[in-house]
Amino acid sequence: MDLPFDVVDLESVDPPAVGDQAPDFERPLVGTEYWEDAALSDLTEEGPVLLVFHPMDGAFPATYIWNEMRDRGWIERESVQVVGLSISTPYEHTDLLESRGVDARLFSDPGNGVAEQYDIVNDLDGMTGVSEPRPAVFLVDGERVVQYAWVAEEWPDFPDYDEVEAALDEL
Amino acid sequence: MSAPDITLYRLQACPFCERVVRVLDAYDLDYRSRFVEPMHSDRDVVQRLTGKRTVPAIVDESTGVTMSESGNIVEYLERTYGPESTNADTETGEAA
Repeated sequence: MDLPFDVVDLESVDPPAVGDQAPDFERPLVGTEYWEDAALSDLTEEGPVLLVFHPMDGAFPATYIWNEMRDRGWIERESVQVVGLSISTPYEHTDLLESRGVDARLFSDPGNGVAEQYDIVNDLDGMTGVSEPRPAVFLVDGERVVQYAWVAEEWPDFPDYDEVEAALDEL
Repeated sequence: MSAPDITLYRLQACPFCERVVRVLDAYDLDYRSRFVEPMHSDRDVVQRLTGKRTVPAIVDESTGVTMSESGNIVEYLERTYGPESTNADTETGEAA
C-alpha cells in the first residue's frame, strides 16, 4: 500500500520457504454445506493447494482477499484448490462463503495453532488474548512442498495477487 | 487417508445427534462427523441424502444404508454392530 506514513513492521519470523515441506495439520474444513475435520495432506493427495491465511472473517482484509480471489477466477481453476484459513468459527466461515458468493472451503482455527506451526502468529494489539495468523499465502504441491510463499512483513499488508497468479499459471 | 465407512451428519449440541454418537462410541465404530447449519433451509446436503432436512442422519458405506431419526439409527447400529449382531459374532470369530 502507498500511504503517507509508516505502517507497523512485524517481527521477523521463519515461515516455510520455497522448497520446504509445509507442516501438516488437521482442522474443521468448512464448505458451503457442512464442515468436517480434514488434514492439509488430505487435500494435497488430490493435487496442489493454495493455502491463504487471512485476518478474521468480517475484518475488511478477509473480505477484500476473497473478493479478489473470486474475481480473478482462482476458485474455479482445475489445477489447484484454493483454501482459506482464519481463526473464525465454522459458522462465520459459512457466512463468509455466502456473502462473498464463493464455492470454496476454509479451515477454522480459533486456537491459532496452525499459525504457530507456520511461525506466522500475529498478536492483535488492543484485542487482549486474541492472536491470528498474519496474512500469508502458500502454494504447495501434492507432497506439500512449497512452490510459492508470501508472508506479510508489515501490518496491514496484502498478497501480491499478480505474483500469486503467476505461480498458479506455472502449475 | 482412508475415510471411515460411516458418516454422521450432525448439528452441534443436538441431543438426538449426541445419542447416536454415544452408540457409535460404545461399539467402537470409526465414523466421520459432518456438521450442518442450524437453519433447516440450509441443509440441502442432508435433504439430498435422506429426503428430509432433519439430523442426525447417517450414511454407512459398508452396508449401503442411509437413514435419519435417532431412534431408527440407534436400532440399526444395535442390529448391525451390537453385541447380539451377526456382524459382531463374525468379527469375534476372526479375531479368535
